[in-house]
Amino acid sequence: MSDTGATEFRVETGEALTYNVIPLLHEIRHGLARLLENDAATTIDLRSIPMAPGEEERIISVLGTGEVEAHMTAMGPSEIMETRFPGVWLVTHYNTENEVVGKFIEVCDMPQILKAQAEDIREGLAQLTAQLA
Amino acid sequence: MSNEKTLGEVLRQQGVTRRGFLKFCAATASMMALPPSMVPRIAAALEKARRPSVIWLSFQECTGCTESLTRSHSPTIEGLIFNTISLDYHHTLQAASGTHAELAREKAMQENFGNYILVVDGSIPTANPGYSTIAGISNLDMLQDTAKGAAAIVSVGTCAAYGGIPHASPDPTGAVAVTDIIKDKPIINVPGCPPIGVVITGVLSHYLTFGAIPELDALGRPLAFYGKSIHDRCYRRPFYDKGQFAETFDDEGAKLGWCLYKLGCKGPTTYNACATTKWNEGTSFPIESGHPCLGCSEPDFWDGGGFYKAISMPTGDITRTAVYAIGAGAAAGVALGAVNRARKKRAEKAHEKVTINDLEKDG
Repeated sequence: MSDTGATEFRVETGEALTYNVIPLLHEIRHGLARLLENDAATTIDLRSIPMAPGEEERIISVLGTGEVEAHMTAMGPSEIMETRFPGVWLVTHYNTENEVVGKFIEVCDMPQILKAQAEDIREGLAQLTAQLA
Repeated sequence: MSNEKTLGEVLRQQGVTRRGFLKFCAATASMMALPPSMVPRIAAALEKARRPSVIWLSFQECTGCTESLTRSHSPTIEGLIFNTISLDYHHTLQAASGTHAELAREKAMQENFGNYILVVDGSIPTANPGYSTIAGISNLDMLQDTAKGAAAIVSVGTCAAYGGIPHASPDPTGAVAVTDIIKDKPIINVPGCPPIGVVITGVLSHYLTFGAIPELDALGRPLAFYGKSIHDRCYRRPFYDKGQFAETFDDEGAKLGWCLYKLGCKGPTTYNACATTKWNEGTSFPIESGHPCLGCSEPDFWDGGGFYKAISMPTGDITRTAVYAIGAGAAAGVALGAVNRARKKRAEKAHEKVTINDLEKDG
């Protein structure tokens, strides 16, 4: 308790707690090297890592923002953002209630989810054909 | 009940695009604690998966497990999975009551005999069947009857998995777990008081996706969620390794977020997904909120000797001091109180690093 009688709280965002940041950045670095050498993509599920309070924010802030930012609406919104490291993407999926249902770091040319899918293209073609008929 | 259509067909009918389906699969993989590399396999399996009939029985329970399930996930992506599961009987969630409710259970059993998933929450009283009945049927009879046609059983919550709180000493109802009664069916234990909602749906999704029960540990729990201890995945683990412990709930160590081991944390002996999956849409988990893990996903956690007593604490010096105090004519309770107050003060004043070796030495 402080002199004023109010309880003091500390927000645990200090460097001391961010044990996951450096190893994760190394994993991303390895992923980038693999992408260049073997064209192999890497996906890291951020929900599978035991994060300390503030760690995820710190990782995201270190990765920063890059040139591409895409918004998708399919079963709720999704944000696909390239970080300041080309080829490193932050993909966040939300449900229709705007709750996060998945948060991934993808190391690839372009996240798969951005590409138009054959089934959808086929359906779109059929619709356009019907409209022109 | 319409389980003729595959999940892929149902989703397409609802206007979900392939892109949306891939997103759904990515979220499902994450929910099932499977690596993202599994997404193509999950997509292929979910495309062909059919809606299974689910019968949910609630016995000696507090409805906390159902609360966990519904509060966390409705109507999220997991909720969507539930749209694709035919939940044919659930005391709390179904609209029907009385005879109609029981008829729904019997109908679902007849139509899906050998193929439905039976979910059970709550323990089963054996001391007297009258302790817990539904529509005049004892829990024991209803479980035995409904289990006959089940493809698999999911025991949700520590009560169904291990007897839980009703089984705690002195166990007045003779509460037992599902595994104590049913011996001839595959049973998946999803313990927790309550279990994390996403873990419940993750286990059901695994069965829906792959048509088989997931890999289990020695206590019947899915390894994907219960394979690691809370301690091993705790973000406060580095403090434990460095011997930095909170000694009281309001000392400097507690404020700095140090390890809660000495405050009774059962993280080292508790296997669950809280440290990664977390609660309330991934907001936090008890240790992150500054409270020790109670060990609620372990058998007999209620009789573990006290939530605030460390797993192996140096009680030795307190006992010794108390004995000296009695020798000096002081009341033991007063002495213990004084010792505890002194320890608390000491801890508040100077945060000495205590190693595990020190703890073991003292113990």
